[in-house]
Amino acid sequence: MSTSVLSRPEGSTRSYPAYSRPLWRRVLFTREFAVIALLVAVIFYSNNNVPNFDGPLTFYYLFLDIAPILLIALPMTLVIITGEIDLSVASVVGLSSVLVAQLHVEAGLSIPVAGLIAILVGAVCGAFNGFLVAYVGLPSLAVTIGTLALYRGIAVGLLGTKAVTDFPEKWTDLAKERIVEGHAYPMILIPFVVLAIAFVLLLHFSPFGRGVFEIGLNDEAAHFTGVNVQRTKFLLFVLAGAVSAFAGIYYTLRFGSARGDNATGLELQVIAAVLLGGVSIFGGRGAIHGVIAGVILIGVISSAMRLESYTVNKINIVIGTLLVLSVISTSFLGWAKDLWSRRGRGSGPSSSEKNGQHRQAVAADESTNER
Amino acid sequence: MKFRNRRITALAAVSLVASLALTACGGSDSDGGSDGGSGGSASGDISVTFLPKNLGNPYFDISDAAGKKAVESYGGTYEQVGPDTGSADGQVPFINTAAQQGVSALVVSANDPEALCDALKEASDAGVKVVTFDSDTNPDCRDLYVQAATSEGIAKKQVDLIAEQIGDSGEVAILSAAANATNQNAWIDLMKKDIADNHPNIKLVDTVYGDDDDQTSFDKTAALLSAHPNLKGIISPTTVGIAAAARYLSTSDAKGKVALTGLGTPNQMREFVKDGTVTAFALWNPGDLGTLSAFAAKALVDGTIKGDEGDKFDAGDLGSFTVGKDSVVLLGDPFTYDKSNIDDFDF
Repeated sequence: MSTSVLSRPEGSTRSYPAYSRPLWRRVLFTREFAVIALLVAVIFYSNNNVPNFDGPLTFYYLFLDIAPILLIALPMTLVIITGEIDLSVASVVGLSSVLVAQLHVEAGLSIPVAGLIAILVGAVCGAFNGFLVAYVGLPSLAVTIGTLALYRGIAVGLLGTKAVTDFPEKWTDLAKERIVEGHAYPMILIPFVVLAIAFVLLLHFSPFGRGVFEIGLNDEAAHFTGVNVQRTKFLLFVLAGAVSAFAGIYYTLRFGSARGDNATGLELQVIAAVLLGGVSIFGGRGAIHGVIAGVILIGVISSAMRLESYTVNKINIVIGTLLVLSVISTSFLGWAKDLWSRRGRGSGPSSSEKNGQHRQAVAADESTNER
Repeated sequence: MKFRNRRITALAAVSLVASLALTACGGSDSDGGSDGGSGGSASGDISVTFLPKNLGNPYFDISDAAGKKAVESYGGTYEQVGPDTGSADGQVPFINTAAQQGVSALVVSANDPEALCDALKEASDAGVKVVTFDSDTNPDCRDLYVQAATSEGIAKKQVDLIAEQIGDSGEVAILSAAANATNQNAWIDLMKKDIADNHPNIKLVDTVYGDDDDQTSFDKTAALLSAHPNLKGIISPTTVGIAAAARYLSTSDAKGKVALTGLGTPNQMREFVKDGTVTAFALWNPGDLGTLSAFAAKALVDGTIKGDEGDKFDAGDLGSFTVGKDSVVLLGDPFTYDKSNIDDFDF
């Protein structure tokens, strides 16, 4: 069901259809929980049927591999919920990777300082996207396809055809270290969890987040209900740039190799995972927990299939099919729910629509269902 | 107040589902553990996993097919895995997987000399013998490197071929694979040096990168010809590049005027040699490379060799080989294919 919650005066009756079911049903019977259930099922199946899947290394490697996707998926979720898209994230990863290398090796800066500058540059890259999308009003698809090439070009131009590999072992080890020795959780999960909590609070428990959903549903309506549409979009692109740059630093240290072509094509993996996690590409609906489950689901499927010695083409076929099914299922479920509610409305208690805001909320909610 | 109660109910429901799911996972963990253990001890023979730079690359299809034949000839289990694009980060998960599976040996052609290192070392720690072939990593990250030919030999061969075809003077260009490709870059540097030292009348005007993609290489060839109207020859030290360039040249005005040579496979180049687009090109036999790698892996697993200089091992029909400096095994000199001998080869 929709997670978009419009603010209303305290104490008014909650009578429109979205609230006609108890909260636990609204939380559990959602696309997000469908993805989580599928994830649990796949893990359960793999544990019992895939040799070596239950080994100590599986989830350790899994988290190392998907960490950049997990990180970038957080701001990407918000960007897509506003109905925009950011295709330049992987190029920012590459650029930040090259910057860290150049600043550390050529300019002699320490890794934290070089990293901080890279994150700042990432934020500037995002701000450039955000400025063109939010204030100039250009379509984000076109803008970020352009900056995808632009940032990648700068990255390759800065480093040329070589690869920088001399990073201090202290930092490359840190990128791969486990939080508790013997457990599957690498260090990178700490910043991820912190960011994830921050993004959950931002999206689901703040006025800013409600604005994000409203923009996705109808940005003109959002504007007239007092949401600063331009600033919201701008900030989201800045966040996407900064988080991508952070992922780039991790990526560089994890592989111990900075190259201009690092993480090429990562943006599509991020967007695929976000969509699989139940975010509507048209904007207006989605939730962080679904996205995280989506990213892990793709990681677990790849990992399990690799252990079964399936080759990458077959893995891609499975993930692609899953993605298409998940996109279809949204439309299908929306249609089925619509049919159900139309039938149910005749016999059930009629919703009292006393004021315009309720009516608008109903309309907004129905439009999310259809998506 | 009612709202609050509902929230608590929802929270309870969610945590109930979560705990059920988690206990389900936990329960299966212990079951699965015993399965995995017994599975691991059951496999006694040699399992070799080939990890090419990318899948669907005819060059690696040949070497891996020969590797498969060799592995099966000594009763081992063969597997081929790999990423769909030639990227280092794409290879790492497959190396990790091989370590988890506990295969006896991993035969890998590295997309990056450094980025694979940690993963290979972890695999090595898990008891996997690591053989690199065709494209090496840093020497301390692998047990053995099976080299097709020395870089000097490859570079010199191609420069000699192009010099012969264009009369030792004029503009030439290079169409390479990815800009980061380890061995291509090494060859290009040596070719530049060889041209500067020994062929003063040949001028290298451009180096372009086709990313080992047929269409990109095709387009780059077209761009080269329009950017350099006086171009007399193209060297493409990659099988994808030379085939795409030959395809372009064979249908363009430049056919017969612009010489093309480099590293190619006979089956891809046959029609272009026969129609006169290409006079001669070079390559070692990638099949032999795969075979040698497979036997090197076996020798390491058996403990016949450790990868030290002077170690000798037997590679089936190919004869006996000796490990050289830095744990490198050399297959031999590149071979020249032309009209007279191309029909003798089928790969």
